[in-house]
Amino acid sequence: MSAIDIEKNGDVPMLEAVNLVKTLGGNRVLDGVSLALPKGCVKVLIGPSGAGKSTLLQCLNFLLPPDAGHISLEGRRVNGGSKRELCAFRQKVGMIFQDFNLFDHLSALENVRVALIKVKGMSKLEATERALAELARVGLKDKATLYPANLSGGQKQRVAIARALAMDPKVMLLDEPTSALDPELIGEVLAVIRDLAQLGMTMIMATHQISFSASLADEFLFMDKGRIVEQGSPAELLGRGSQSRTQSFCAKISELTGVAGEACELGDIKA
Amino acid sequence: MDFAVAFDAAREALPYMLGGVIWTVGLIVGAMLLGLFLGVPLAVMQVYGPWPARKLVNTHVWLFRGIPILVQMYIFYFGLLSWLSQVPLLENLGLDSPFVAAVLVLGLTSSAYQSQIFRGAIQSLPAGQLKAARALGMSDAQAIRSIILPQALRLSIPGWSNEYSILLKDSALAFSIGVVEIMARMRSVASATHEPVSMTFLAGIIFFVLTWVGVKALNMLENKVRIAGYTRQGAV
Repeated sequence: MSAIDIEKNGDVPMLEAVNLVKTLGGNRVLDGVSLALPKGCVKVLIGPSGAGKSTLLQCLNFLLPPDAGHISLEGRRVNGGSKRELCAFRQKVGMIFQDFNLFDHLSALENVRVALIKVKGMSKLEATERALAELARVGLKDKATLYPANLSGGQKQRVAIARALAMDPKVMLLDEPTSALDPELIGEVLAVIRDLAQLGMTMIMATHQISFSASLADEFLFMDKGRIVEQGSPAELLGRGSQSRTQSFCAKISELTGVAGEACELGDIKA
Repeated sequence: MDFAVAFDAAREALPYMLGGVIWTVGLIVGAMLLGLFLGVPLAVMQVYGPWPARKLVNTHVWLFRGIPILVQMYIFYFGLLSWLSQVPLLENLGLDSPFVAAVLVLGLTSSAYQSQIFRGAIQSLPAGQLKAARALGMSDAQAIRSIILPQALRLSIPGWSNEYSILLKDSALAFSIGVVEIMARMRSVASATHEPVSMTFLAGIIFFVLTWVGVKALNMLENKVRIAGYTRQGAV
């Protein structure tokens, strides 16, 4: 089916990756990964560490340029060789990192505002207004003047989310957004992510928060050794009697954390 | 040695010696600034540039760190610049002045040292800073200008104050090509008064005071631009 046909069907995915291959240090970290994210869809990447989840997410916005394969945004193939095109593409693809990566020398407000001014060319006033609105959305308007060193981990991650949202992304890539957080701070970040999903943001998230993501995800993608080895709705993969690898992986996590267990009990899994 | 005589001679020579301070300060301000404006792009090229640029920077650093300043001063003053100042279009630029030669030599040498201070600072930043900037759609030039350098330059200040105090003392070598800075004046007063010991002490004290003032000023700058939430002991 050509791109035009897909468009006629109104079925063109927001973000699509075809056959991504990435070799790092002699290891084939991505071994032919394809995925499509329809508009408004939330997909969750799970799998053992070293499976290639983080590499996949970083290939999706060319932070790590894939060795082979291609990526399309709304049916238009991205030319990773053109710096100008890459910058334009990345504005539309927000990314959240495990360790936040806030700019340490800028206040929360300036963190959110800097790309609006430098990249989008907004006036300082306009950018400030927009940044404050985004900070309010993640509940941090009163922390606008604080610097990253004076924010908690959960607050830092919420500022990072506000910073990404300010660019009006069409897709969000979330790379283990809560893995670096103390347990009591995870909830505030997950709440913001849940809000985003409910607003219809297209997202793909790598995470170990099985129970949370089971309630949110349209689809689980289980990765191992650079490939997507299983995919399906949380109910299919985690439901009672499922023999999936996803199921046994989650059971293993639940032994350690007691969290996945709830999800595997099918409490509030999205069908 | 009669201390009273030595002291009087030093006191008498003081105004003349202090007149050299202006030349010394001119030398180091010129050289530090030249070193800064060359050193920052050199460091950026060395970290982010394509390999021919990196190679070029490496060569620059090797050359200027490898050749003694005194030798460079001779090469620049008696060779390169005296030759360039005879080129028709360049003859009125004052390239044959010893001050210009000394600032160039000290500045170029300092750019080699400073580039390594900045390179270390840039490389000490977490890789995530550049990734986050790129992920927001910034070009590498924008990311380096507004995210990387503002942090790296702050981290460079301690190394920079080191470079200042070294450069200040290297500037004394400029007397050898005839810049009338502190050291040159010390030698002429010493031979005129036959009080070499007291004059040498006096020059030493003046250099020490200049070092102290400069390092203090850079400490104040470091405090002033410190990122909120960080102390001198690092992140809290």
